[in-house]
Amino acid sequence: MRKQFVSTLIDIADHDDRVVLLTADLGFMVLEPFAEHHPDRFFNVGVAEANMMSLAAGMAHEGLIPFCYSIATFASMRGYEQFRNGAVLHQLPVRIVGIGGGFAYGTAGPTHHALEDIALMRVQPGVGIVAPADDGQVDRALRDHYARPQPMYLRLAKETASHPELAGRFRWGRLEVIGDGDIAIVAIGSMTGVALEARRRLHAEGIQTAVAVAASIAPAPTEDLVALLSSKNACITIEDHRPVGGLGSLVAETIADHGMGVRLVRCGVTDPTGETTGSEVFLRRRNGLDVDGLMAAVRRVALVPA
Amino acid sequence: MMAGTTTAQVLSSVRVRRLIIEQSKRAHVGHIGSALSIADILVALFSGTVDPKVDVFILSKGHAALAQYCVLAELGLMTHQTLDTYCGDDTQLGVHPDHTLTGITFSTGSLGHGPSLGAGVALAKRIAGKLGRVFVLMSDAELNEGSVWEAVMFAGHHKLDNLTVILDNNGQQALAPTAEVINLSAIDELIARFGWECRRVDGHNVDALTAAFDARAPGRPLFVIADTVAGKGVSFMERQVKWHYLPVDDAQFAQALGEIG
Repeated sequence: MRKQFVSTLIDIADHDDRVVLLTADLGFMVLEPFAEHHPDRFFNVGVAEANMMSLAAGMAHEGLIPFCYSIATFASMRGYEQFRNGAVLHQLPVRIVGIGGGFAYGTAGPTHHALEDIALMRVQPGVGIVAPADDGQVDRALRDHYARPQPMYLRLAKETASHPELAGRFRWGRLEVIGDGDIAIVAIGSMTGVALEARRRLHAEGIQTAVAVAASIAPAPTEDLVALLSSKNACITIEDHRPVGGLGSLVAETIADHGMGVRLVRCGVTDPTGETTGSEVFLRRRNGLDVDGLMAAVRRVALVPA
Repeated sequence: MMAGTTTAQVLSSVRVRRLIIEQSKRAHVGHIGSALSIADILVALFSGTVDPKVDVFILSKGHAALAQYCVLAELGLMTHQTLDTYCGDDTQLGVHPDHTLTGITFSTGSLGHGPSLGAGVALAKRIAGKLGRVFVLMSDAELNEGSVWEAVMFAGHHKLDNLTVILDNNGQQALAPTAEVINLSAIDELIARFGWECRRVDGHNVDALTAAFDARAPGRPLFVIADTVAGKGVSFMERQVKWHYLPVDDAQFAQALGEIG
């Protein structure tokens, strides 16, 4: 997704000279093509995320559209107050690009695991939050929405991904629903692969599910969620993020706000701090965020013997 | 234009100081010492140096916004009726400045943001080939904030010579003299080593300030250390930490106005 982001951004910057790319000294073997195409609009600000967020607010005030690139933890937290008092308070088109949500940085350890970034961004008013499922959504979301007036947080996986079921669809404030069944699986973008594979295998067991890809976290896909859940017996949310403040909270709030009776199970990162680390695959499995874990969660609510 | 000559009649330090005392008395709000500290700097800046059509001014030490409100009122950019809403309910004029107000570019209040915002505006102006300078007024206590040094390094490296940072060097911060909290000697040498042009002037001498603002060097952002006195102009407030916080009572109000003239 990182490479798709850069490739699409180069294309956009070719046609819109307001676009600038800032990085806090990250993006080796990723950002170079942008720097080569647009050397006058690429700035490595150094390892200084707080400065990057205020620089971006200043630049956006002057009419530019700055993208601020770093690993999701640093991008979302290190300059958080600068983002809040700058881009958010003044509603300026600053884009934070957080790379590697969840456990994408695996063995790099807990300082590099972005498990609260969505929660932090959701509480800021007027911030668009986009967590694409694959390269096609990255491309579509950027092309259609890069010039929106409000600030934005993009949560991008490191590696390339493609889900043909989505066919590159991304719609602002909407869900992309794949299949149908009595149970809804609502997945944040990065968990789409796990959700679709669980859906296929559950189908073979006679459990029908609808997978809803929540790539537009803010604005929340409220109407689509209400429509989806009104015909479901249960809903499972899955996110590589803590369930507090993230997608699980979003769906719980929607259910409560609309007085719906649907049963909700929130799958997210429940590890306490101080656990051992490991690969993304290992860490997801430990938190029940793999295909087996999700299938088990679905079976528990399916009222069908496993 | 030699700033400070043609419009100096419009903007007077005495008038600005009187308004500061009157408004803080009416609203029963403090931060008087900080506002008096920057009064002459603002008078110098807004007597011709800052061109509001192309320049951007950022008050990084947002807690001194009362001084800026008074300057805006004196320049006719804000009605005195609006100024009288200072720190009332449903007002745009809080202790810290709000960008929804005409004449305020950025809302500030959390320290250490102004230099980075200013560097961003300056860089954007350069990218877009736009005219105009960026002025950031910050407090000496803000040098405690790490983000300030991130901005100092960045602006020096990128040779942002359209950026001017003015340090209100009053030697005082919220709990104690700055020298007792984080002592920085030779700030001018320190900043110059990051590629900035530095000037040190009497921060209550409008002509000296105006000359310092003109001392730009190609390829170097400008850093003006304005040596000031917190509470300047009111003897019992000068260099007193408590006047960072306290409002004035009736007797103090009368004495303060008498001394300002």
